[in-house]
Amino acid sequence: MSGAIAAGRRGPAVPGWALWIGALLVAVIAVVFLVGPAAVWAWLYKPPALLLGQLLLGLINGAFYALLSLGLAIIFGMLNIINFAHGALFMMGAFIAWMLLTPNTWLAMISPGLAVPDWLMLGYWPSLIVVPIVVGAFGLFLEKTIISRLYRLDHLYGLLLTFGLALVIEGLFRNAFGSSGMPYRIPNALQGGVNLGFMFMPYYRGWVVVAAGVVCLVTWLVIEKTSLGAKLRAATENPGLVQAFGVNVPRMISLTYAGGLALAAFAGVLAAPIYSVNPNMGSNFIITVFAVVVIGGMGSIVGSIVTGFGLGIVEGLTKVYYPQASATVIFVIMVIVLLMRPAGLFGKGS
Amino acid sequence: MILDRRTLLGTTLAAGSTLALPRRGRAQSNTIKIGVLNDQSGPYRDLGGMHSVNAAKMAIKEMGAGLNVEVISADHQNKPDIGAGIVRQWIDQDGVDMILDVNTSSVALAVNGVCKQKNISYINNGAGTTDLTGPQCTPVTIHWGYDVYMLAQSTGGALVKSGGKNWYFITADYVFGQQLQRDASFFVKKEGGQVTGASMYPFPGTSDFSSFLISAQSSGADVLGLANAGADTTNCIKQAAEFGLTQKMKIAALLMYINDVKGLGLEAAQGLFLTESFYWDLDDKSRAFSKRFEEIDPAVKPNMDQASCYASTLHFLKTVKEMGVDKRKDGAAVVAQMKKTPAQDDAYGTTHIREDGWAQVPAYLFQVKSPKESKGTWDYYKLVQTTKAGEAGKPMSEGGCPLVKS
Repeated sequence: MSGAIAAGRRGPAVPGWALWIGALLVAVIAVVFLVGPAAVWAWLYKPPALLLGQLLLGLINGAFYALLSLGLAIIFGMLNIINFAHGALFMMGAFIAWMLLTPNTWLAMISPGLAVPDWLMLGYWPSLIVVPIVVGAFGLFLEKTIISRLYRLDHLYGLLLTFGLALVIEGLFRNAFGSSGMPYRIPNALQGGVNLGFMFMPYYRGWVVVAAGVVCLVTWLVIEKTSLGAKLRAATENPGLVQAFGVNVPRMISLTYAGGLALAAFAGVLAAPIYSVNPNMGSNFIITVFAVVVIGGMGSIVGSIVTGFGLGIVEGLTKVYYPQASATVIFVIMVIVLLMRPAGLFGKGS
Repeated sequence: MILDRRTLLGTTLAAGSTLALPRRGRAQSNTIKIGVLNDQSGPYRDLGGMHSVNAAKMAIKEMGAGLNVEVISADHQNKPDIGAGIVRQWIDQDGVDMILDVNTSSVALAVNGVCKQKNISYINNGAGTTDLTGPQCTPVTIHWGYDVYMLAQSTGGALVKSGGKNWYFITADYVFGQQLQRDASFFVKKEGGQVTGASMYPFPGTSDFSSFLISAQSSGADVLGLANAGADTTNCIKQAAEFGLTQKMKIAALLMYINDVKGLGLEAAQGLFLTESFYWDLDDKSRAFSKRFEEIDPAVKPNMDQASCYASTLHFLKTVKEMGVDKRKDGAAVVAQMKKTPAQDDAYGTTHIREDGWAQVPAYLFQVKSPKESKGTWDYYKLVQTTKAGEAGKPMSEGGCPLVKS
């Protein structure tokens, strides 16, 4: 009875998000009528070639967002840790790739005369495998020594700890290598590009989208479709019960953290040839990537992948129309999504 | 031990007063204090940072005989409010007598206001804004090293003359980038060229420039003007090569230091035109200066920021020595005296400081060598053209400095 009264008071059941979309539509129509359709059209019109190009570039940037936010989502899902060190580990991945490529440059910085033979230098392709393993091992060490102590505490502690770790790691690299960046060449096999008619597409960027897409897909398959993934998901829900079945849950958690960081390192190697390899490269990404995770729904794997690519595209379009806002647009979207769906687009809600 | 509130208050007060006492004592002693404020952790760290602190220390080593000089430094994180806050604390509590370097134009202007209000000498070496010697000039400010007008005239002017008539800018969206774009556009139009478009991007925090590069490409321009600095510039150049821009367009990196060239690698940087007011390998004097600098700071060759930090600190100390150390707190008097006598040093030779505070340095247009031409690390530049000291800066009559009586 009382339920019916409450429902009656609320009026017809209109979902909150519909109201927001309605308001947005009204605002858009109002703007069109105030400014005049011709002016709006003149502002909106861009050569299709330019738009297509920007869409493609957005997709490429989205590939990085997806890779990074995927690792974050997995770590948050399994460990309940908001891993602020993710950007620093991404940077570390790029730096280790550079260190493997030109070991003699930085060995000479440590002590003159120190050098290794040529066969020890690892190019881009081996780095794609080796660097995630190295960074993953580092992640294992971090998890065992420091992070595992925080599982019983509030999220905030994990956030503060990993944020501190990020500052320490970035500071150490800055002290050792400066901030002006290290050169890293695009591998010979991917030099050059192809003219798509609407834009010049460097082969390397194409490779980035493909590689990131494949890695995202494989990760998703492993977690959703394999028995290992099933155990992982079960351990998140009820670690005690899964342990009772004879699964080594602490080890699984450690490996999950390592795996998440390996994804960041993989993204770092992918980024090395196109962005300047410098200690700040991770902090430029990390805030955006967190917004991606929040919009997608904390801990949602599909959410982080889809939102990563999607927001890359939105950002790309903003750069055509009003580049000054390209850093802000993602947060505007975050605000709107959080108002409409507090658990994120793909979040289950708590 | 159990602390109650009273003992806690007592010990804190005691500790506070013991900490405060020597500070007050020091401020009244005869120590000349120089505060170097710049970016020590962000994109401009390697351009100034601790290297500029070392340049100031070198000047002290050479001119400090008989003087008691101390250098302190801090990181302004490229944020105007933080920079102004540090300077205020330095002057009020630490007794700093001169503020040096302050790269990043937005911070430079904020600090300018504080120094004017407190009447403390302010020598800027790292910022590009012409406002320091223009509308916002003060009796305590000297701008020594370069400014956006100088870069725009030297690099921009030269490229238009050699046939680059249509320009597209990629611009860091803050006071430095905006002014650099404005001044470069002025010279482009003056020489008969035109500006076909511009992309302003948020600073700091942008690392992917491909969207702007595509916009530049589709605009039909033949010159890409980069109105930014540091890691942003190197990222732009790297990505421009990747997207095949360099085949059809010339790149004008309007502000680039030798450190940026090193970060890019000669293979990517070769052929670029850029302007600095100093290069270590210009002549015997500059080589001698650089050699002495390397004894203090072996990691880098000095760029125009370090050279001017050195030269201006040297001139400041010389002036204070002549005037008497007790006059050092009167920024307006010290700076007036610095303007009266020309400076002498190995980095710049003779430098006259104008009434509006602009130190008249020459502008050298360089082209970056190819890997074949370079004999080793730091052998990067070929001198293409020199703009004489008196002509490199914005003419005083156009600057709009209220100190200048027309």
